[in-house]
Amino acid sequence: MATATDTTGSRRRWRRYVGSYVFLLPNFLGFLAFTLMPVAAAFALSFTEWGVLDQPRFVGLRNFDKLVWFHREGAGVVANDPYFWKYLWNTVFLMFGIPLSVVGSLFCALLLNQRLRGVVFFRTLLFLPAICSAVAVTLLWKWIFQEDYGLLNAWLRAVGFTDPPGWLVSTTWAKPAFIIMGLWMTVGGYNCVLYLAGLQNIPTELYEAAEVDGANSWHKLRYVTWPMLAPTTFFIVTMAIIAGFQGGFIAAYMMTGGGPAGATTTIMLYLYQNAFQWFQMGYAAAIACVLFGLIFGFTLLNWRLSQRAGHYQ
Amino acid sequence: MTTRGIAELLGSQGQRPRRRRRARPREVLARALAYVALCAIGFAMAVPLAWMLATSLKDPTQVLVSHDKWLPMRQVMGKYGPMDGARIEYGPVYEARLDGVEIRGLEIGRAPGARRLRVLDPTDMRGRIVTVPADATRPVERLHLEWQNYARAWQAIKVEFAFGGLLRDADAFLVFYINSIIVAVAVTLGQVATSSLAAYAFARLRFPGRDGLFLGYLATLMVPAVITMIPVYILLSRLRLTDTYWALILPAMFSAYGTFMLRQFFLTVPRDLEDAARIDGASLFGIYWNIILPLSKPALATLTIFVFLHTWNDFMWPLIVIDSLNLKTLPIGLAHFQGPYLTEWHLLMAASVIVMVPVLIVFVAGQRYFVRGIILSGMKA
Repeated sequence: MATATDTTGSRRRWRRYVGSYVFLLPNFLGFLAFTLMPVAAAFALSFTEWGVLDQPRFVGLRNFDKLVWFHREGAGVVANDPYFWKYLWNTVFLMFGIPLSVVGSLFCALLLNQRLRGVVFFRTLLFLPAICSAVAVTLLWKWIFQEDYGLLNAWLRAVGFTDPPGWLVSTTWAKPAFIIMGLWMTVGGYNCVLYLAGLQNIPTELYEAAEVDGANSWHKLRYVTWPMLAPTTFFIVTMAIIAGFQGGFIAAYMMTGGGPAGATTTIMLYLYQNAFQWFQMGYAAAIACVLFGLIFGFTLLNWRLSQRAGHYQ
Repeated sequence: MTTRGIAELLGSQGQRPRRRRRARPREVLARALAYVALCAIGFAMAVPLAWMLATSLKDPTQVLVSHDKWLPMRQVMGKYGPMDGARIEYGPVYEARLDGVEIRGLEIGRAPGARRLRVLDPTDMRGRIVTVPADATRPVERLHLEWQNYARAWQAIKVEFAFGGLLRDADAFLVFYINSIIVAVAVTLGQVATSSLAAYAFARLRFPGRDGLFLGYLATLMVPAVITMIPVYILLSRLRLTDTYWALILPAMFSAYGTFMLRQFFLTVPRDLEDAARIDGASLFGIYWNIILPLSKPALATLTIFVFLHTWNDFMWPLIVIDSLNLKTLPIGLAHFQGPYLTEWHLLMAASVIVMVPVLIVFVAGQRYFVRGIILSGMKA
């Protein structure tokens, strides 16, 4: 009797398991084929030399040696792949826009959090650039940055700069131009909405208590708002770093082709060129792995720093 | 994120409850400053978009000539005549000052450094021909919106639609649009379906290996897309699927992110209804279909909008896997368009507007879900 119940019970349980796996199956197969296996394959590929047409050949750490290591040349030490370091510097340079963007988003959120008429209109307007197709937006900015006929230089000439920079055709100004466009795209966008939500979750009592203690607006911002937004800031900065290391592709591809003289080629464009224009799959996979390492390292660092600063929530 | 915060954020005012008291002068000043700052930022956001629209509507001959002007103007063309038996004269209209008199006239010819004008105004001089130094003349302009630019951009390239024989010799942007819609709809449907099924299993069913598997999903959320790009490309090319719709649809149909987000939402759906349905003998799929999904509409709507917009705007992946012009989606179609029309900014801007419009419509229609989605998941399209 007891055994009979056991078998029907286990059979029912077994049928439930099968049901669960059926629910999971479509997603899991896709996950396996397009995420899990590719991640493993990327690491494996980075140890090979592969030109797509021939067979992949195991070369050990040679790709990484070629990519990030140095060799002696005469008296000095030279990078094995100077382009990698140059493009890494370009990528990091573009990421200098992140602090500006974060502060700008907070500023916008503080403004949008005021009791002002028409604030919904402004919120929509500020968000628009974030939603627009990035390709269309880069084309638009290419036109604005155009040396002779662009809107920006027309304005600069109008206020007295007789010889404004060539922006996208100048090795000095191309990267700042990218940052300006990036700021326009991100300041009022996702980060601003996240800050806005964070602001509205700060209990009013905290401000009232601060007022009782004689705090002025700056004190309230510095000692109430900013610490209370620490988790939001951490999230925003982390996501910005992850995106930043993989960034610059659309802008470089559409506006400059990575030029002038490689001034706007980012790691992501270099990876694309290696993989899909020069068909050096192994080398490109090594770049992807290094990029992953950088992203992982900086995320960890950011996490540690914010831990030390202390979360208030 | 509390529901209070979301509700306030989504409300039309979206602010803390008003306190009724007279505003102090300092508060009035602060508010005025806030307005000024908001207007300045709003202006900075609007100017490039307005410039795109302005350029897209300019007369082709005016784009570079009046590159620092905002309004799309065009020189007025006038006609004179017919004079007894003679033909009608056509020409661009100029204004000039002649012996202290303001005149308007058609340009009917040129002399070195001068224009020969047939006077139209004032009436007592009408019909006379005068020669005026060119730098003393000003073209008479009128607001002119060149809607033709949109048609010209739309029709600039001809391709044959991929489903042979269906649309031969079609306008390229029409084909790009159809491709974008096919891909975005397929990816969105696929991802919402597979993610919600898996999310239901993770949230509500008990089976061996569930938690370990879920952890694996979570771990891959931290792996940047750049890692999987090359192997997935190789896999698809081995399957001979590159340069097909499948290359765009298949890898995007399954997402750990969507699964994670929906699982978190499904966990908040009350269990009582589900238990009641089970007692009534509902199957697992019945519970998922009739109870979980209808109760999760907001989360599903959020996921739908994000996946749709992300797919619609995606650039790098289509660029990698698609070669044929007639399989291109809008973003890479626009990139292709840039090549031969590099300096025709009015056409490029018109094409950009064409690409942007549907996204703006989706955004405005689904703004509520959109804002909620950002807050709930920090997702980016």
